[in-house]
Amino acid sequence: MTTPDSGASPVGDALLRITDVKKHFPINRGIIIQRRVGAVRAVDGISLSVFPGETHGLVGESGCGKSTAGRVITRLLDITSGSVVFDGRDITNLSAAKMRPIRSDIQMIFQDPYSSLNPRHTVGTIVGAPFRIQNVKTENGIKREVQDLLARVGLNPEHYNRYPHEFSGGQRQRIGVARAIALRPKLIVCDEPVSALDVSVQAQVVNLLEDLQSEFGLAYIFIAHDLSVVRHISDRVSVMYLGKIMESASRDELYSASLHPYTQALLSAVPVPDPEVESRRERILLSGDLPSPSNPPSGCVFHTRCWKVQERCKVEVPVLVESSPGHTVACHYPEVRNVLAVDIPGYVSDPNGEPDGADFASQ
Amino acid sequence: MSVPTRDVVDGTSIGAPEAASAKVIKGRSLGQIAWSRLKRDKIAMAGGVVIVVLVVMALLAPVLCKLLGVDPYAFHTDLLSALSMPQGKLGGISAAHPLGIEPLNGRDILARILYGARVSLTIAFLATMLGLIIGVVAGITAGYFGGWIDTILSRLMDIIYAFPVLLFSIALLVIVSGIDALSGGVARIGILVFVIGFFGWPYIGRIIRGQVLSIREKEYVEAARSLGAGSGRILFRELLPNLVAPILVYATLTMPSNILTEAAFSYLGVGVQPPTASWGQMLSDAVNTFEIDPAFMIIPGLAIFITVLSFNLFGDGLRDAFDPRGGR
Repeated sequence: MTTPDSGASPVGDALLRITDVKKHFPINRGIIIQRRVGAVRAVDGISLSVFPGETHGLVGESGCGKSTAGRVITRLLDITSGSVVFDGRDITNLSAAKMRPIRSDIQMIFQDPYSSLNPRHTVGTIVGAPFRIQNVKTENGIKREVQDLLARVGLNPEHYNRYPHEFSGGQRQRIGVARAIALRPKLIVCDEPVSALDVSVQAQVVNLLEDLQSEFGLAYIFIAHDLSVVRHISDRVSVMYLGKIMESASRDELYSASLHPYTQALLSAVPVPDPEVESRRERILLSGDLPSPSNPPSGCVFHTRCWKVQERCKVEVPVLVESSPGHTVACHYPEVRNVLAVDIPGYVSDPNGEPDGADFASQ
Repeated sequence: MSVPTRDVVDGTSIGAPEAASAKVIKGRSLGQIAWSRLKRDKIAMAGGVVIVVLVVMALLAPVLCKLLGVDPYAFHTDLLSALSMPQGKLGGISAAHPLGIEPLNGRDILARILYGARVSLTIAFLATMLGLIIGVVAGITAGYFGGWIDTILSRLMDIIYAFPVLLFSIALLVIVSGIDALSGGVARIGILVFVIGFFGWPYIGRIIRGQVLSIREKEYVEAARSLGAGSGRILFRELLPNLVAPILVYATLTMPSNILTEAAFSYLGVGVQPPTASWGQMLSDAVNTFEIDPAFMIIPGLAIFITVLSFNLFGDGLRDAFDPRGGR
């Protein structure tokens, strides 16, 4: 199944274009002779594009394959099928050795600030590792470069000799950010970079990421399950469910005029900071659990939990189609719905009100 | 020891050059923290001091013996009674022989204890090293590469675990001692080291494998890979530093068990052969005469006891010091 590109933007060449990428983890049985009995379809045919300087949000509930998608893009995991083209070069099947020079252009920020820094290395060693591994010569020596990076991400450069355990979660995440931007990459895959932090620190880190983006022209793939954070930082958003992209649109369109019932269900769970709207708007509650990705439902993978399910959904796989320019959706019965606002006669809710914009606007 | 001071930097100190920036900020590594914890553990430190003293004594055994005027191989039959028992109290303690002399041939016990320490500690240390090297290499290989390599190595460890090690070793040592070329003192020590070390490696191997399995999934390993680091760098720069603590702790806790194993082999007569001194062999000799001369049994017994206890106490302290759950 070929899906249309879910990140179609009218201008320029995409920095990253992934097409129908699948990542299946084999399930093996047997003690001596390993027999393949099935596969976990963590990522099952996703396509998206990221343009230079753009942030592409990737949302979905736990276990939908967002992190796997991020690791496939950075080639930390091998790809089962499909293609990944980065900066005009097909990196789908590059060997580790050929991939090495490209790695300085694709970096990653990890979710857990506690396990993403080696407890036995100093901050200087950790942030200096990109230069050493990639054998990059710096003008004033690695130490000076690292201290500049530490200052850039808001840490004290004097803490060069400290160890990760001496820092708080937010500071550690800043160290991870410093490591990721060290080689001035073009693309950073942020795998839930703020999920492990508390809200006030989340805001600081998100703002830092935005500042760095405008300073260095970075493109981000921002993986998260927090729709408010994604709304704040993303230019485009793709919604994933069970290894597939359900809907993809520009940020504003997705949040105000979503078409896919799954997107609507997710958005309806986002709290709206307007008690008038919050009390009147409809909550869409999904029943059931996420089906097993080793045995996905037939037809539309969402049909087991969809409240609009029809017979057709159980047999026919909906193709991701463009409903309007730049807005793609994979649903047989798409329907515009704004679940973040309600029509109350005589009541005007703040039209620009980001659900928790206040949190992020002020640091 | 006070709680390490931390400078608050997140957000607040940006662009605010602190007065503190003049002083050099030095981070404390986990190793340094473990060391400071260990220093506060009186019992472990006592164990450590005893170990150091023992090692120094063993190293300087010839010098010490010369200074004290004792010789581990000289017979002093003139000091024995008609029943070949040491004359005098407590096994013949005298100025010339501070710990008395052996029954039957009258060799100086202090000298033999000192030389015995050399043999015991050397064999135990080399066997620990051998087990450690095989175990760490096998454990890292199994844990890091996984797949069929892991399956083979893990099954091999299971097989060695299930082996009747003591019986097999005794049989092996008896056979080997029949071979003339291998019956010399040094060859004998080599064989003991091999037998004790070889059957000990699966223990450390399993611990290391388990550690590697958990560490290799950490995000910092992925971070290194996403930077383009190869397996060598990941193994030596990312994994190995995190394995130092379990390796050190395991080594200090294996030493006493190897000392005991060596003593057991010597006691059973398949270990170090006379005239080379060994604590286990002295114990074995003492069995025949302990009703008349208990001192001959008590002294090597105490030597083994003190050594093993010191290593165990030190190893326990080391483990606690490296345990992140312990208070600082």
